[in-house]
Amino acid sequence: MSSDVMAIQSAVAAGRPWTEVLHEWVTTVNHKRLGVLYILYALFFLVIGGIEAIIMRIQLMHPHNDFVSPQVFNRMFTMHGTTMIFFVAMPILFGFANYLVPLMIGARDMAFPRLNAFSFWLTAFGGLLLYFSFLGGSGLYGAGNAPDVGWWAYAPLASRAFSPGHSSDYWTISLLVSGFGSIGTAINIIATIISMRCPGMKLSRMPLLAWLNLVMSGMVLLAITPLSAAQLMLLVDRYLGGHFFDTQAGGSATLWMHFFWIFGHPEVYVLIIPCFAFVSEIIPVFSRKPIFGYPVMVGATVCIAFVSMSVWAHHMFTIGMNSYANSFFTITTMAVGVPTGIKIFNWLGTMWGGKIQFKTPMLFCIGFLFQFLIAGLTGIMLASSPFDWQLSGSYFVVAHFHYVIVGGILFALFGAFYYWYPKITGRMLNERLGKLHFWMFLIGFHLTFDLMHIPGLLGMPRRIYTYEPGRGWDTLNFLVTIGAFIQGIATLVFVANLVISYFKGAKAGNDPWDAWTLEWSVSSPPPAYNFASIPTVASRRPLWDLKHPEDPDSRYE
Amino acid sequence: MACLIIAEAAIFTIFVVAYIYYVGKSLSGPTPGKVLETPIFYTICLLSSSLTIHFAGKLLERGRQGAFLLFWLLTIALGALFLYGTGQEWHRLIYEHGLTISTNLFGTTYYSLVGLHAFHVSAGLIMLSIVVLFGIAGRVGPEQSARIDVLSMYWHFVDAVWVVVFTVVYVLGR
Repeated sequence: MSSDVMAIQSAVAAGRPWTEVLHEWVTTVNHKRLGVLYILYALFFLVIGGIEAIIMRIQLMHPHNDFVSPQVFNRMFTMHGTTMIFFVAMPILFGFANYLVPLMIGARDMAFPRLNAFSFWLTAFGGLLLYFSFLGGSGLYGAGNAPDVGWWAYAPLASRAFSPGHSSDYWTISLLVSGFGSIGTAINIIATIISMRCPGMKLSRMPLLAWLNLVMSGMVLLAITPLSAAQLMLLVDRYLGGHFFDTQAGGSATLWMHFFWIFGHPEVYVLIIPCFAFVSEIIPVFSRKPIFGYPVMVGATVCIAFVSMSVWAHHMFTIGMNSYANSFFTITTMAVGVPTGIKIFNWLGTMWGGKIQFKTPMLFCIGFLFQFLIAGLTGIMLASSPFDWQLSGSYFVVAHFHYVIVGGILFALFGAFYYWYPKITGRMLNERLGKLHFWMFLIGFHLTFDLMHIPGLLGMPRRIYTYEPGRGWDTLNFLVTIGAFIQGIATLVFVANLVISYFKGAKAGNDPWDAWTLEWSVSSPPPAYNFASIPTVASRRPLWDLKHPEDPDSRYE
Repeated sequence: MACLIIAEAAIFTIFVVAYIYYVGKSLSGPTPGKVLETPIFYTICLLSSSLTIHFAGKLLERGRQGAFLLFWLLTIALGALFLYGTGQEWHRLIYEHGLTISTNLFGTTYYSLVGLHAFHVSAGLIMLSIVVLFGIAGRVGPEQSARIDVLSMYWHFVDAVWVVVFTVVYVLGR
């Protein structure tokens, strides 16, 4: 195996046939290559999911627009949601975890490299299966089209009676398959972190990114599986005449909702916790201070993991649960904001008194802090069930969760890209293009999602394909769409940066950011075997100890 | 394997919850009290197979490969017997009482839960049989003890799930 992970360049330079390079990538079990495969896969689907969003926004730009039919619009919001959650966010976060966790804990690879590859390909084929529904649909008589039941596929809409054809089956089976892939990767991450840390790296000396991915993987084991179970039940209903969610036979459509949200709520914490991890690595480096309150950060994350398993029915306040249930879930939902708030204070505490460098990764992390806070606050507003009774199923909710996902998760991801791209490829991303990307995306994001709260408050429901004029929604929807286009252009700037810098970017050394965790001790990109000899660490910042032998962290920990 | 067991436990929990939620709620058709017969013998078979697999592992650690293979085969036989018992019971339920997965809520939840468990037993038997093949070829020695332990963990998990399913379906649910 070549010593250069980004073998394409050197392979082409060495005149190796492209078929050989392709074969190496397709059959790889190396965690770095699989990480890159996950990330590239997710970026591809990010663009596709973004196009689906743009199609919806164009349709909603004017009242009574007829850019797409209602049936196509239903497919768009279903596919947009499903794609972004399962084939963008999950893979990209698993990709970063795959790449970084072994490097950060001083290991040569993950615990189960072949399981790693298998999990990736399960996820990849799941996505292809989902999108095959567009083709497998029209043209084949009676086989249906892309799923159009919303990404929650509520019963009884998803049952045989109301979704004839196979579109819902594509949704069910593709997610079942990729769900097994996610479970495989989670098992791998846990096993790697528990048993493959380098000498001296006690759990209390592990980088926060490793800790948070450990917590996230534990949550995946308990969160994805209820969805798999529910989907098996849905298949039994659709194909074997079962009655799990069949109200005519005494079954309960609400049971699907419970099972789905028992998955769905911890799932969003699964998505955000690795982003907390990125921010926890980037902010200290660009504030030139160690993270404030490391043990509390770990404790708060574990708290979030536990409490988030108990909040799921805040997605179901409007279905008519009794007031004891509503109160319970209101209380737990508000409670989960407390450890999250503690983390925000700790990030601010890290920046306080530090020497802040406003490079692109840091800009995105500062955006994250501000936006995640606001998103959390609208979440607390929605946690109150009476408030939610007015706003459930409205654009206020859509604005809230996009604020978290785009303003929080995506911003943290962009930061992670700018921070670790030099390590993965050996080149720096262009700083000017990076700042252009940041400011454009920021303006577009706020134009879209700040304004989007208002139509929600004014009563605009979600998932509608058009609306009446004169309700005060018209101008707002128009501006929201403009913001979406600005974000689209900013994303294209980002993609251009990724591509151009790969060929023309400044060469990054081992450690372009003067950082402190083990991945910066090896070359950029790292050799296939990661470390020439397994390091021994004595503190949370091993590279600080190496660079400052007169004042090592080990003296203070 | 511990992580896989945690994940699988969550899947089974959801099916058990669905079963419990729908107990007594079938609108028509056969009910548990009327048609279920407690499978005591076959349950004893499955639980004994946990014992035999435990002994097999201990024998392998001490290098007694022949005895290990014997107990391992016994485990497979007991597991297969359990599956036979399940099949027999299902045959009776379907042909004598007309209970299928689509009959009513009881049918749906019962066959799904017991069927999911039986699927996991079958998958376990396949894995155990692969070990038999390696064992007969003389390639399973004390050095493979750790792997045998991991597989045994899975088998014990399958047993533990049956304890729960048995209690919920045949004891509490009637």
